[in-house]
Amino acid sequence: MNSATTQALYSTLFGLIFTHGIHAGEVKIAVAANFTGAMKEVAANFEKSSRHKTIISYGSTGKLYTQIRNGAPFEVFMSADQHRPKKLEIDGLAHGRFTYAIGQLVLWSKDEQRRLSEKTLHQADFNKLALANPKTAPYGNAAITVLKRLKLDKKLEQKWVIGDSIAQTYQFVATSNAEVGFVAKAQIALNGGGNHWDIPDTLYEPIRQDAVLLAKGEDNPVAIAFMAYLKGSAAQVTIDKFGYMTE
Amino acid sequence: MEMDWQPVWLTLKLATTTTLVLLILGTPVAWWLSRSKAWWKEIIGSLVALPLVLPPTVLGFYLLLMLGPNGPIGELTQSLGLGTLAFTFPGLVIGSVIYSLPFVVQPIRNAFEAMGERPMEVAATLRASPLERFFGIAIPLARPGFLTGSVLGFAHTVGEFGVVLMIGGNIPGETKVLSVAIYDHVETLEWEQAHWLAGGMLLFAFIVVYSMYLLEKRLRRSGR
Repeated sequence: MNSATTQALYSTLFGLIFTHGIHAGEVKIAVAANFTGAMKEVAANFEKSSRHKTIISYGSTGKLYTQIRNGAPFEVFMSADQHRPKKLEIDGLAHGRFTYAIGQLVLWSKDEQRRLSEKTLHQADFNKLALANPKTAPYGNAAITVLKRLKLDKKLEQKWVIGDSIAQTYQFVATSNAEVGFVAKAQIALNGGGNHWDIPDTLYEPIRQDAVLLAKGEDNPVAIAFMAYLKGSAAQVTIDKFGYMTE
Repeated sequence: MEMDWQPVWLTLKLATTTTLVLLILGTPVAWWLSRSKAWWKEIIGSLVALPLVLPPTVLGFYLLLMLGPNGPIGELTQSLGLGTLAFTFPGLVIGSVIYSLPFVVQPIRNAFEAMGERPMEVAATLRASPLERFFGIAIPLARPGFLTGSVLGFAHTVGEFGVVLMIGGNIPGETKVLSVAIYDHVETLEWEQAHWLAGGMLLFAFIVVYSMYLLEKRLRRSGR
């Protein structure tokens, strides 16, 4: 290879790297599993309007929180609760907390014939009741609150099957391995099938889902831009559409 | 700190059951694989070895679909009045048997192959029936293979995680095995409990592997 071609090659390479740096940055986001469907659309819209790239990890809020505590490279954390983002803020690991969505809990079954209501839980004529791990998933915690307020937690305990995250809980019900289960309304908003019961909000505390800018993202303009986008009306319209309430 | 022993006992129960089932099912398969001349023998051999290569998530995903009420196994168990098997101990046994299959079949097959045709032919000339030959000659001669297979099958089931997580449903006393309990403790920042269980597993794994090496050495010395 003569030196002119080498030079041309290098300048092309540098050009590629350089323009990449200017026009499109990246942001690494940790997202609670219940928000998966909505996030895909929010992220796609953000990428289209900003030409930046998002790298997203989905998981239970508890798992993501543990990973963040132990140095995971996330820059934005979209939790399914308020508690964990608050703790990160207090410990100086995050700031800029706000509520991006208020989640709704539903009781869901894949069976078209099954009518769901409070009575379903009292009668307990199902093989299994799926819920997310209450220790790591806020929707699981809300499900436990519902059962406690209906005084059914002891009675139904032997029918529980615990999903690692709300996504796995959905999977248990979607494959009919569990006949009914507590899932996020957002998961079944667009194409759930079957039947569901909207659980009245008197039976559980509102599931306020907070987002924070993590310490690792403080100096990343893309992370800051994403936080602003998430707060904005375009994102909130999408979030509404997926069955969340917004402020 | 309160130590919860239930996952430990459950794991031992699962590993024991799985190993026994695998010895019963795996021995004829291993024998056939070591003796058959069928052209499709290695197709079966490959199917048996597949779990070595497949990620547990593949097994977990297919098991979830097959055990469900609309899956073939689910339909069978329902028609037998057993209900569906996901989230139950028998369901985990099915998953573990598939998952640990190659770890039991392969060593036994190797042992059967290593002893060659000669001992069986000699026994046949002494008018021993096929069954007598199998239980009186083949199985005792293949003892090292059975030992290795049992230890590996047991240990591999104890170390199982992905499949259990996907079809188990984390039910205490039914499907919450050691690996899932450790995962749970780590997720919820209960690291003290996690350390106890994880440290115990580390020790257990070392002892298993070390005694395997010692055993193999002894068998080789006494065998020749």
